[in-house]
Amino acid sequence: MSSEQSIIETHSLNLYYGKFHALKDINLAIQAQRITALIGPSGCGKSTLVRVFNRMNDLIESVRVTGEVLVEGRNIFAPETDLITLRKEVGMVFQRPNPFPLSIRDNLTFGLEIHSDYSKQNHTEIIEQSLKDVLLWNDMKDRLSQTALNLSLEQQQRLCIARVLAMKPQIILMDEPCSALDPIATLRIEELMQELKKNYTIVIVTHNMQQAARASDYTAFLYLGELIEFGETKHIFSAPEQKKTEEYITGRFG
Amino acid sequence: MNVYLKQKIAFSVLFLCTLLVIVPVLVILAIIFVKGMSAIDISFLTEVPIKGMKEGGIFPAILGTLYLVLGAVLFAVPLGVLSAIYLVEYSRENFLSRLVKLAIVNLAGVPSVVYGLFGLGIFVLYFEFGASILSGSLTLGIMILPVIITASREALESVPKSFRIVSLSLGASKWQTIRHSVLPHALPGILTGTILGLGRAAGETAPILFTVAAFYLPKLPTSIFDQTMALPYHLYVISTQVPGIPENVRYGTALVLLLLVLLLNLAAIILRYQFRKRKRW
Repeated sequence: MSSEQSIIETHSLNLYYGKFHALKDINLAIQAQRITALIGPSGCGKSTLVRVFNRMNDLIESVRVTGEVLVEGRNIFAPETDLITLRKEVGMVFQRPNPFPLSIRDNLTFGLEIHSDYSKQNHTEIIEQSLKDVLLWNDMKDRLSQTALNLSLEQQQRLCIARVLAMKPQIILMDEPCSALDPIATLRIEELMQELKKNYTIVIVTHNMQQAARASDYTAFLYLGELIEFGETKHIFSAPEQKKTEEYITGRFG
Repeated sequence: MNVYLKQKIAFSVLFLCTLLVIVPVLVILAIIFVKGMSAIDISFLTEVPIKGMKEGGIFPAILGTLYLVLGAVLFAVPLGVLSAIYLVEYSRENFLSRLVKLAIVNLAGVPSVVYGLFGLGIFVLYFEFGASILSGSLTLGIMILPVIITASREALESVPKSFRIVSLSLGASKWQTIRHSVLPHALPGILTGTILGLGRAAGETAPILFTVAAFYLPKLPTSIFDQTMALPYHLYVISTQVPGIPENVRYGTALVLLLLVLLLNLAAIILRYQFRKRKRW
């Protein structure tokens, strides 16, 4: 682990929703170009933690954060942090596939238009590349101007991933990206993640332990806002050091 | 009594009540149409009134009403939509924002003659716009403001929260999110509010009574500081103030006002349909 390079680090991260202490003293180092799974029972703080990395928790009024979170070496809670740049670097895929009710093309160019730092002729290339990356290009190339809402849920979720890829981020956060999909589609998204980790760092929140075991390189187990155990997935699932971790992954609670 | 019989009775009563609602509408339309149709021809629609309104057309009143509606919409829609955006997207839930929302609801309940007096006090006298299209438009605009704000707020609130969250997560600023991910999807609802306001602005008499409407002005306005005739007030004048106006002219004027409002609504409905067709979720 030490030989690799960490792209996200948290130091004594605490997060409060009003008086509720949602994340307690989290120290975590996420490796670049690896898939890190965050697991734990509902309400353990795994979704909250993943939303720290692109500061989506800022949308909640009563939220308060202490400690440090370094993304590519920069503290994202420093006052000079530009949220627009941060969220361009750290993309997010949500639980329910949520394409805009626009054409496939407009969904993909949404981010580009907003950042307006790509010229129009690049759009075509970027659309093609990001659809190829999520294996949708062959199906979609002839109907880019059709609405994205007629796609299957799996295709919609792939499109949402492509929408993030179009912005050329470093890190992709996935918050239970397969929970709305059937088992076959889930496996195919997991395969896609294996492809994507060659170029991107992926942090995935999942309540599906098989998914964490199958698809991730590192696993972090959270319980009641605390990071109980973090390490290589094969260790966590074969020889967990903490009793709580063992109880959870063997299905004794949660 | 038999359950099924009760059921039938309940259904019949409810159905009859519903039917009763459309009866007055149809009767009003029928009477106006039958009695007024004979007055309407090209010269009635395009000529100025002559001989103390006993002859000639009602063109100045038609044009005046169009100007007033246009002016009211130009003033009230931007103002209303922008304040709705502020209320929905920016303001926090606190005492002040609740007070503002309450004030808007209450503004909708103010009698229209009070708006007329308000317009007279503020625009005609204080700002010295005089009795003019400008004063009348602004008065009508303030009157339809609550309708537009309320409809726009509801339209904005009905846009799924996920649109905003996705947009922000892609690095859009709050304004870009509103501009690109919220507003386009709220447009049909905003247009509905505009339609409602439009119809009301075209038909109201009291707000224009003191602020713009001319009793008898057989020429067309040349600037926004001119007085003008307007259909609702003209209808009032020829129905109650001037003796000897033929009945079919009075009903014809009512019919023109009705058709004008329907036409404006139709245009807005078509526009809204075009937007709805493009945006679906």
